[in-house]
Amino acid sequence: MDIRSQVAMVFHLDKCIGCHTCSVACKNVWTDRKGADYMWWNNVETKPGTGYPTQWENQQEYKGGWVVKDGKLQLRLTSKGKFLQKIFHQPSMPTMDEYYEPWTYRYEDLFTGPEQDDQPTAIPISKVTGEYIDIESGPNWDDDLGGSTLYARNDVNLEALTEEQRLQLLSIETLVMFYLPRICNHCANPACVAACPSGAIYKRGEDGIVLVNQNVCKGWRYCVSACPYKKVFYNWSTGKSEKCLLCYPRVETGQAPACFHSCVGRIRYMGVLLYDADKIEAAGLKSDAELVTAHRDLLADPNNPTVVASAIKNGISDQVLKAARNSPVYQFVKEWGLALAPHPEYRTFPSLFYVPALGPVTYSVEDGVALNPTSVDEIFAPLDQARLPMAYLANLFGAGQEAPVRYAMKKMMAIRTWKRAQTVGDVDMTLALAGLRAADCTPEQAEAIYRLTSLCTFEQRFVIPPSHREQAVEVLTNPLERKGAAGFGFREEPQRGF
Amino acid sequence: MLNNFLFVGFPYVALALAIVVSILRFTWRPFSYSSLSSQFLETEALFWGSSLWHWGILWVLSGHLFAFFLPEAILAWNARPLRLYLLEITGLSMALLALVGVVALIIRRFTDKRVKVVTSPLDLVLLTVLLYQVSSGIDVAIRYRWGSSWFSTNAAPYLWSLVKCSPRPEFITPLPWMVKTHFLSGFLVILLIPFTRLVHFLVVPIHYFWRRPQVVIWNRRGRR
Ligand code: HEM
Ligand code: SF4
Ligand code: SF4
Repeated sequence: MDIRSQVAMVFHLDKCIGCHTCSVACKNVWTDRKGADYMWWNNVETKPGTGYPTQWENQQEYKGGWVVKDGKLQLRLTSKGKFLQKIFHQPSMPTMDEYYEPWTYRYEDLFTGPEQDDQPTAIPISKVTGEYIDIESGPNWDDDLGGSTLYARNDVNLEALTEEQRLQLLSIETLVMFYLPRICNHCANPACVAACPSGAIYKRGEDGIVLVNQNVCKGWRYCVSACPYKKVFYNWSTGKSEKCLLCYPRVETGQAPACFHSCVGRIRYMGVLLYDADKIEAAGLKSDAELVTAHRDLLADPNNPTVVASAIKNGISDQVLKAARNSPVYQFVKEWGLALAPHPEYRTFPSLFYVPALGPVTYSVEDGVALNPTSVDEIFAPLDQARLPMAYLANLFGAGQEAPVRYAMKKMMAIRTWKRAQTVGDVDMTLALAGLRAADCTPEQAEAIYRLTSLCTFEQRFVIPPSHREQAVEVLTNPLERKGAAGFGFREEPQRGF
Repeated sequence: MLNNFLFVGFPYVALALAIVVSILRFTWRPFSYSSLSSQFLETEALFWGSSLWHWGILWVLSGHLFAFFLPEAILAWNARPLRLYLLEITGLSMALLALVGVVALIIRRFTDKRVKVVTSPLDLVLLTVLLYQVSSGIDVAIRYRWGSSWFSTNAAPYLWSLVKCSPRPEFITPLPWMVKTHFLSGFLVILLIPFTRLVHFLVVPIHYFWRRPQVVIWNRRGRR
């Protein structure tokens, strides 16, 4: 047993309103620079849709993640023996066209335009070339199903659906969508780290945050191809790769990352997960059908004495263990079985989990008046008739397996119905309680889930462990040495080349 | 006098600068070490340019290094005409690959709008010098046969004399001018290494072969 601590995340998709506040918060803090201008370390996608970069889930094309080959866990992209073949040109790396060409507007034209009959306009110009650009795509070009015949129809997760189901999904009367905010998953078995020939990408032992050492990165760009979530970005100006750093300077000082802090829908939770690093390889070798369970088995119970003993042996402090016991992430993922990792079949074991979004509440209408529901089934359509086919969600969150997704959805629907019986009173309480039982949920658990979902405070959403940087700094340097100086760390202009 | 300057002074200056500046740059400005890949901005022309260039030049370069370290082996191999032709034809075709590659790279640098943005004057200097290096090499190989043999008898002893600090330029001063410029631009390439993106091949990540797949760094004492 080799217990490690990971700062982990849950995004509650049922609460996401698709406002992109998270993306903008991140952009303003980290990626508002030349070469990084096209990067959205946090982006929000409309699903079904092709996402950013376009069709990132298509691993036939991009070769991201891990596969089991000859009984061994291997990168889909390359192997040690063959990696030099691809170094001069990466065959499966997306280019700027798969993301979008960043642009701005020539605002000064509004002020300096000559006197004329028409109003002056600010024309769009490329942030790369500085020339006029005919905008053809953007990071959320298919927002709210815009251009769905082109984008939503080509969502990779629709693979398992029949043609009829696909048509239904996109026909106007039964249209359905939800938002998928994405950041780097700070995986337990990161493909980006394993693929980097320079060894520039590393996982921090203390909190599991995955970072790119800008001094070591040589621009070989294997990470961009190998990350199945396309969350490592190539800075075209500096010639170095960059990625989400989970706002580690904020996390180290007990603050939630910028995207978490600013989230309008309060969909984001952060907490500690303990996991057993010794089990990762065996878990990665499991078949698709067993992956969700195998991933949950990796996560260790912070109340188990053997786990605690191993954690202490690895130098995990009491405060971190305390944070692990209060972790909202542990509750959502392990205790309640509500949160699921995106695409577990990529076998990187993400530390970000999603609570799937429910379909819309249904009503029957008579003479233009919405009727109160008379049975439990009338509030939400039964899962098999849900507008968003289970097979679709199973491809996204269950490695093709419907069972874990159904379990989570059923539980959430049962809790909503039960709460409705309590507060609105138009549902029969015995039926609601039977529904809870059928969904493997006690009233106590339902109440806890309801509270953490709807009434959660900042402190309940973000249980951030102390980083004990004071100990780390002493190892690196004598703190007094820098007294009165400007600080230490990487302080160099991000200039291209020599 | 001129010969001493060009074939004794210049190579020493180039080599010394290459070593010293590369090390200084690596320690003081490690951030500047990068292949400066532009594939993100343009991928199709790069596929042809970069693949042909690198495969071609790496074989040619290995050939030169082999002849430098084991000249006798080359001479022994070349003792049979058939083997000589085989070696020369292989070398020449690799050089042609590199030539096509570097021409493609240069065209790409001038035609693609986005690539132009990340093209520095030194990039162009480097590509021009490399173009000259490869084409002069091809010209010499075709006109002054058989290069693989006289490299071993003339060039290798001259280069070794430089290494041993008892320079003997007379090994190559009688050679035709074209050959001599090939030497000179070769030294120029060495001189350019530390100042351009060429540093990238000093840091080819061969340690990937033996490192463990996952890299975990602990900040606290007592852990790796
Ligand atoms: C095994 C050794 C080498 C490796 C792994 C390597 C790798 C690379 C890579 C990844 C690039 C960036 C390509 C891109 O834009 O994506 C590059 C560019 C380049 N390399 Fe190499 N290289 C090697 C050896 C060499 C050598 C020996 C030379 C010349 C003597 C060379 C000359 C160049 C030049 C001129 C470019 C710039 C091409 C351009 O974009 O115009 N490389 N190399
Ligand atoms: S999601 Fe993040 S940690 Fe996981 S492989 Fe991609 S970049 Fe690496
Ligand atoms: S800020 Fe929150 S609610 Fe808004 S899009 Fe981002 S994740 Fe969704």
